[in-house]
Amino acid sequence: MTKKFNEKAWHEYDLGFMVSKPGCAAEYRTGDWRSQRPQTNKDKCIKCGVCYLVCPEGAIVLAADGTYDFDLEHCKGCGICATECWTGCISMAEEGE
Amino acid sequence: MAKRVGIEVSLAISEAVKLANVDAIAAYPITPQTHIVEHLSELVADGELDAAFIPVESEHSAMSVCAGTSAAGARTYTATSSQGLALMNEILYIIPALRLPVVMTIANRAISGPISIWNDHSDIMGVRDTGWIAVFAENGQEAFDLSLMAFKIAEDHRVLLPISVNIDGFTLSHVIEPHEFLGQEEVDKFLPEYKPAVQLNPDAPVSMGTVGIPEIFTEAKKCQDEVLKGSEAVVKEVFAEFGEMFGREYKVVETYRSEGAETLLMTMGSVSETAMEAIDKMRDEGKAVGLIRLRLWRPFPVEALRAEMVGVKTLAVIDRAVSFGGTGGPVASEVRSALYSIDQAPYVASFIAGLGGRDITIDDFIMVVGQAERMAAEKEIHQYKMIGVRE
Amino acid sequence: MENLNVYAAKLAPQQESLAPGHRACQGCAELLAVRLVAKTLGKDYIIANATGCLEIVTSSFPHSAWEVPWIHVAFENAAAVASGVEAGVKILKKKGKYPVDRKITIIAQAGDGGTVDIGLQALSGALERGHDMVYICYDNEAYMNTGIQRSSATPYGATTTTSPAGEASPLGQHTMKKNVVEIAAAHNIPYVATASPSYPFDLMQKVRKAADTPGPAYIHCFVPCPTGWRMAPNLAVSIGRIAVESKVFPLYEIENGEYKMTVTHKNHRPVIDYLKPQGRFRHLSEGNIAEIQQQVDKSYDRLLKKVKMSQIELD
Repeated sequence: MTKKFNEKAWHEYDLGFMVSKPGCAAEYRTGDWRSQRPQTNKDKCIKCGVCYLVCPEGAIVLAADGTYDFDLEHCKGCGICATECWTGCISMAEEGE
Repeated sequence: MAKRVGIEVSLAISEAVKLANVDAIAAYPITPQTHIVEHLSELVADGELDAAFIPVESEHSAMSVCAGTSAAGARTYTATSSQGLALMNEILYIIPALRLPVVMTIANRAISGPISIWNDHSDIMGVRDTGWIAVFAENGQEAFDLSLMAFKIAEDHRVLLPISVNIDGFTLSHVIEPHEFLGQEEVDKFLPEYKPAVQLNPDAPVSMGTVGIPEIFTEAKKCQDEVLKGSEAVVKEVFAEFGEMFGREYKVVETYRSEGAETLLMTMGSVSETAMEAIDKMRDEGKAVGLIRLRLWRPFPVEALRAEMVGVKTLAVIDRAVSFGGTGGPVASEVRSALYSIDQAPYVASFIAGLGGRDITIDDFIMVVGQAERMAAEKEIHQYKMIGVRE
Repeated sequence: MENLNVYAAKLAPQQESLAPGHRACQGCAELLAVRLVAKTLGKDYIIANATGCLEIVTSSFPHSAWEVPWIHVAFENAAAVASGVEAGVKILKKKGKYPVDRKITIIAQAGDGGTVDIGLQALSGALERGHDMVYICYDNEAYMNTGIQRSSATPYGATTTTSPAGEASPLGQHTMKKNVVEIAAAHNIPYVATASPSYPFDLMQKVRKAADTPGPAYIHCFVPCPTGWRMAPNLAVSIGRIAVESKVFPLYEIENGEYKMTVTHKNHRPVIDYLKPQGRFRHLSEGNIAEIQQQVDKSYDRLLKKVKMSQIELD
């Protein structure tokens, strides 16, 4: 079993307490912060990719059909995608409904 | 091959830095450090030293640039004094925490105010707890040798910490002394190319200086402290290797005519040479007096100091800085702590002298020894005494 | 007209070098801007980061959002640390001691406090020395990380926690935003630009240009902060757009001293459109708003004059 970061002894960390695993913040779930969830009416999606480009989290990913899916592990529910969507196909729904 | 050269100590240090084949130098002018970096910039300009010379806009940036060059994997050097060191203070703490080996000469000078360009140790004492290794040189040869050894100590993968080589401003930095220079080949043998343990490199990205949340902060400090304490063994190793290769012996605590001495004077830096003359004079008069000099200030060489205390009844510590409102001069306080728990600890008298360029004469040392012996005999309770002051 | 560009987003680089899982507030335009910069630069760059929002949200131990080498030393010295990294990599490459021989872009990044206030000296030094690096100021117009205190980049009339509007001082911030773009340009560096994540392609083009320019480049990036500006997070991108449309934050570049607008609008919106959605301007009177409109018009006209002068010189 590898020790959790807060269980290690002082001498078990990387040099200078640096983080040597690039981009490991992805292991951290920010999706829990969300009170609203984005959802797409894919019939109205024109596959332009604006939502993908303006997401501060990088939590919008290209789907196989050219539309976009939400990475709900990381989406914080800011709603920029819904506001910026050209066609209005993205809407925000209350989380838990 | 070794050759003997009569040269200003500042320039000798620059030549040592050149022989170390340093990659990057960042510095800002401040008296009395200037001759060192002036000469280095000449060496770079003349193509004799292939290094980046970064003439920064402040000492704060000098140390910040050093963080950058060292993190990039470059052998890094800087020099400063007094206010410059004080301005670096914030970054001085961060360099060892990031485990960046940087070598810095400090041409010790009083901290303002009133503003003074002259020598004492108030600058280095103000950065005592920043986590740097700190060594003191007493003469030009030592300054030259320690400058070379500093790189080897700092860059050792068991250490990877910054180190300051302290030389007294003007009284050492600006005097011309004979130096035994080393040849490039023998230096290369002693000090091979720096191999960084980690460097900023897109093929192996790391994040340095991340947020130290409470779950790890104590471990981070413990680690830094253990590594600094552990560096004493490496310092001794490097001193021994240097001695073997070049015949000049260094110790973390040096002594002079201390055999059988009941009273020891204790000094750091270039005043030790005057103190030796005072010891000679007192020995000639039949007094059992010797001298002990701290070469390594951080990590504090507790065991090496204790080992020299056998039979010593009185220790007169000369400090060249004031710990305002404290319990003793900065060195004396440490010494008292280090000796407190040993059997038959000597009486430690704390004297503050030589502030802001005031001379400490042979007679001053003789007076100090007499006063310390009297205080010890009377078991006088005192914290510290400033000597040579008009009252 | 704009709809012609509707599919342009597809043309953006797919590469990312800022991972999700960073802890920025919802709708943080700073992190959006950083993500766009990261997309532009790929993997061959090194970052020196000042203390601030960006530093803490991307590097909370044991996590890092960075997929490129990154170093944080302190608040006021990103430009100096980046200078060192640049000089270090350069000399090691020259001496054949650096493991990578590709071109590596050196980025210094800081917020407005770390740039226009406490970091101004280090920035000036680095620009003057001519290091081959790109300094990016992410300007959200206050010390957001410490709790929305005013900086010298806070605009006239904004309330912050240290420039509150009160009976005796009804305006909030009563000083003018420091123009660090002009200060950077005064160093005669080859490339200076303003940018906004609300105009992603303009931003990415400028980052590319800055990275490709030998010598120092400075980009001043306007990043709306929903938390500090007291507005809904979903408006972060649109408010940045309105800032440009209302002349509050014009997008331009200064290449070798020549000014050029990179985004222009025929009909400008009134500043009230920009001020109204933001709680930090809620206290302003009609008179204050008219005054701000005048200030904005004046500084925009001054900028246009510089652009015109540059055109004449070029002709």
